[in-house]
Amino acid sequence: MRVPVSWLLEHVQLPPDGAPLTAEAVGEALIRVGLEVEDVLPIPATTGPLVVGRVASIEELTEFKKPIRYCRVDVGPEHNDSEGDGAGTRGIVCGATNFVEGDLVVAALPGAVLPGDFAIAARKTYGHVSDGMICALDELGLGDDHSGILVLPPGTADPGDDGATLLGLDDAVLDIAVTPDRGYALSVRGVARELACALDAPYGDPALLGFELPTPDGVAWPVTLDPASGCRRFVARRVTDLDPTAPSPWWLRRRLLLCGVRPISLAVDVTNYVMLELGQPMHAYDATKLSGDIVVRRAGADEKITTLDDAQRALDPDDVLVTDDSGPIGLAGIMGGASTEVGPETADVLLEAATWDAPSVARAARRHRLPSEAARRFEREVDPGVARAAADRAAWLLANYGGATVSPGVTDEGGVPAPAPVLMALDLPDRVAGTRYERGAVVRRLSQIGCAVEVAGADPGGSGEAGVRATPPTWRPDLTRPADLVEEVLRLEGYEGIPSELPAARPGTGLTLGQRRRRQLSRALADAGYDEVLPSPFVAPSVFDALGLDADDPRRRALRLANPLDADRALMATTLLPGLLDAVVRNVSRGLRDLALYQIGQVVRPDADGPTEAPVLPVDARPDDAAFATVLEGLPAQPLRVGAVLAGAWDRAGWWGPGRPADWADAIEAARLVGQVYGAELTVTSDRHAPWHPGRCAALHLPDGTLVGHAGELHPKVLETLGLPARTCAMELELDRLPLVEARPSPAVSPFPPVLLDVALVLDAAVPSAAVVTALRDGGGDLVEDVRLFDVYTGPQVGEGNRSLAFALRLRAPDRTLTLEEASARRDAAVETAAERHGARLR
Amino acid sequence: MSGTNDLYDPKQVAALDPETLDAARADASAAFAGATTLEALTALKPAHLGDRSPVLTARREIGALPPQARSESGKRVNEVRQAIQTEYDQRHAVLSTERDERVLAEEAVDVTLPGDRHARGSRHPLTQISERVADIFIGMGYEVAEGPEVESEWLNFDALNFLPDHPARTMQDTFHVEPPEARQVLRTHTSPVQIRTLLARDLPVYVVCPGRTFRTDELDATHTPVFHQVEGLAVDEGITMAHLKGTLDAFAQAMFGPESVTRLRPSYFPFTEPSAEVDVWFPEKRGGAGWVEWGGCGMVDPNVLRACGVDAEKYSGFAFGMGLERTLQFRNGLPDMRDMVEGDVRFTSAFAVEP
Repeated sequence: MRVPVSWLLEHVQLPPDGAPLTAEAVGEALIRVGLEVEDVLPIPATTGPLVVGRVASIEELTEFKKPIRYCRVDVGPEHNDSEGDGAGTRGIVCGATNFVEGDLVVAALPGAVLPGDFAIAARKTYGHVSDGMICALDELGLGDDHSGILVLPPGTADPGDDGATLLGLDDAVLDIAVTPDRGYALSVRGVARELACALDAPYGDPALLGFELPTPDGVAWPVTLDPASGCRRFVARRVTDLDPTAPSPWWLRRRLLLCGVRPISLAVDVTNYVMLELGQPMHAYDATKLSGDIVVRRAGADEKITTLDDAQRALDPDDVLVTDDSGPIGLAGIMGGASTEVGPETADVLLEAATWDAPSVARAARRHRLPSEAARRFEREVDPGVARAAADRAAWLLANYGGATVSPGVTDEGGVPAPAPVLMALDLPDRVAGTRYERGAVVRRLSQIGCAVEVAGADPGGSGEAGVRATPPTWRPDLTRPADLVEEVLRLEGYEGIPSELPAARPGTGLTLGQRRRRQLSRALADAGYDEVLPSPFVAPSVFDALGLDADDPRRRALRLANPLDADRALMATTLLPGLLDAVVRNVSRGLRDLALYQIGQVVRPDADGPTEAPVLPVDARPDDAAFATVLEGLPAQPLRVGAVLAGAWDRAGWWGPGRPADWADAIEAARLVGQVYGAELTVTSDRHAPWHPGRCAALHLPDGTLVGHAGELHPKVLETLGLPARTCAMELELDRLPLVEARPSPAVSPFPPVLLDVALVLDAAVPSAAVVTALRDGGGDLVEDVRLFDVYTGPQVGEGNRSLAFALRLRAPDRTLTLEEASARRDAAVETAAERHGARLR
Repeated sequence: MSGTNDLYDPKQVAALDPETLDAARADASAAFAGATTLEALTALKPAHLGDRSPVLTARREIGALPPQARSESGKRVNEVRQAIQTEYDQRHAVLSTERDERVLAEEAVDVTLPGDRHARGSRHPLTQISERVADIFIGMGYEVAEGPEVESEWLNFDALNFLPDHPARTMQDTFHVEPPEARQVLRTHTSPVQIRTLLARDLPVYVVCPGRTFRTDELDATHTPVFHQVEGLAVDEGITMAHLKGTLDAFAQAMFGPESVTRLRPSYFPFTEPSAEVDVWFPEKRGGAGWVEWGGCGMVDPNVLRACGVDAEKYSGFAFGMGLERTLQFRNGLPDMRDMVEGDVRFTSAFAVEP
């Protein structure tokens, strides 16, 4: 909400001898009590002579490409030419055409400097001396209107009067973001009240200004409220004989401009003005276009309305309508209908000031995508108590400035529900704040915001302490509980007065094991050379094709967003790989080619049925365990994963020699590192699993057979489709499947010397080395402490289709020095098992 | 010298003759001085100090002298031998120093050559700051609570006192999940973890909840649809707003140094009453120390406690939340939010591995 400081101060009585309040001080005072003042915008300064002028004569200069006028303007005796043909006026050239002889305008004279360092000087142009400039609103820093020069309503001022004073240029506008609980602050009435509270100054409520209007008699128009409409109150007044050409007075136009509202016509300006002043959105109907009684009701099936913006809208049965015999004439609280719109000839106006049901307006505004100023106020609740004052105020303004006659009839259907009193222990604010407020502070602050306050005998909590009984004003529907009153006391007393102290420390148990492991893993990967990235989880369905997933691959079953930012990326990633691979592509495109990236994060894995309808749980008590469990079970699985991708060099080339490209083995090693962090020995087996290279893909399992994930080189087709470097490798494991072992069992460390024996075995090349290691371990028994593959050889010496694997065996006994004979026997047994299982023979 | 010995044969003991010894010493001296390398010097050693050298030959002759003559001759021979040894050692020292200097000079390398055979990794600054925040609160006795990113609307909104159709709900631009009747969203804040915690744990509760959150803001220099928050929640008997302020001050000082302090401005959140915006006094603010908007906080709304089955008469609590991206932005002078999500390794690398 934008509001000029001068308008606010009109309703706040400052001490007469106090220093004048700066706009900044007003802004700070409002911030202190909880209004978010985002900006204090002074009207940009104009210096030098700025005066009111009356256009005496207009000479159209027709020899130019665009319309140009040479005007003689009476700018007062002090500034008029004293001699010559145009004595008593001053010559000014003007390019605008929206004025006629006799109009009052504002002229900047030579020596004036307008906003934006726009210096005015006499100059020869279009064959005349232009001795000043007739100003448009934007040139004066009053908004952005440059459609023509500013023409003041007749009688506003006299030629020669000071323009800056008349225009009120010494002012500033506050830009306030109003939180959703404070609908009343979307008005000068509400903001000024807050300012008065902040300054502890007396406040004058603009809703209580009395206007001379005819004594009410009868109704302005017959109105029926269908209870299902939720309309709480509907006030209407009628004015007749309005002069549709009457301009809005300058002061009113100025306020609209500073609030960011474009003046249009008196009838429209007045409804906008009253909305800004009192917070009551108004609507004006051309009464001659109404047919029959007004009925407020919900929309029927297949009803339509053409709104003021000339859009035809299909209505929803939840929409609340204002209707007459012709059908819908307004979408309640949001926008009026075109058929009864006030036009340039309208002289007979029916003014509506209604209080609509906030949730209904909120839903309809969203449904029709019409976030109007009216809707913004109604969905935050409008004071039902102000409707009559608003209707009267608008009628009076039309009578006063548009020559209209106010009809004595007043329609006032519905009513103002009496707010329920709230009982609160007098010391509750002290207990919440952790301080002691001075006596009387609670009553004083609650009264200040408009509550009717009584000190009651005993506290409703039964502690025997005194309590207060506060009846909130009609504009504060948010005050329903003691906690709401506490907030009012605390914010007005000032948060800065609340002390700073720590609660008594409690012993905590530190991070959970899972949290510790995740941190360890993050460090271990970084220490191993990986850089962490946090890519976005939004993916396109096409990524699953790019990854080469089968049509029935469960990873294609992704959660879909109803309102994605990018319609192409409406799915939540089911694997970390797309985000990581995106990051590789981006880095490569920026010339960074040696990459090792990792991410630890949740993926979303909905089950086959997808999300189903959830029960609606209560909020007034703890939900039933079973119902809550249903809600939790309805959520998709979101397992925690780690992913890593590798491209380019793992070891760089340099002065020390050639580098080494990252390869499938590095990816599998990263997976092993994850296992090591979690204390789990991961077994590696060959697998075929998209998007990996079918011959270079490892599956990683726990000893109990649980699949944890995959690692290896990616499929060349995938790399080509995604534009990734050749031989890009990746690893992805599900951390939730890894065991969390708090206390790892201690090993028995034998102090006896080992026997080290090497064996070279020739096998079919298709036998996985890991299987041979297992065979050697199994065959060698418990004396085999370690088996390490140290060489792989293929070549003519071992035969076509074979390879030689050389292993270093370390054997050791727990209780004695192992003899060479014993060790050799074990080695032979190990080789024997490898021979039996895999046809290995000693080389 | 004592009296002569009849059995003494001067010819056989010529080696003990002082002139001969002096000559041997002079020879050795000249030879050592002439050796220009350690190897040459070592090669000279047997000739001048070895078993067959003149001085050791002389020493062997001492036994042949009459007892009364042995003492003086022995002394003389030893003196000469000592002198030759000393000259040898001195020359050896000189030549070793020369050799060492030469070798070390020859072995000199260009120490400016790079040694980065294998690149070091790094952890994302958001991970780092989130762990740092968690550690600060663990130090105050808190525990770290977590929850899922796809969340039920009841947990993300209803239980947090967001009324249906209230503008507060639309204020948080929410990603909704298909189908709508599933009532699921991408969590717009980490506050649903507060509800999960209150429903699952026994009171009192002191938890901090870091996590990834989502709102439908287009990615630009100052916004990102995927961002990170950390929230704190304390529910206990007698918790006051003064405790909230004290906790925030302690947090600020741990994050930004001992001069830091927080300031509360009244505001509105559906799940707290009273509510406040948190500003922090940031000594290193660009252009001079000043207040920076940091997050939101307040006393847990009794409606929230009620929805979790907590006795609001007996217990009270406070909650606060900060954006981690925002905190990094002003603390580390981060110019562009997009760097957080794009995964450029130059960005992450700059933050190394801490904490």
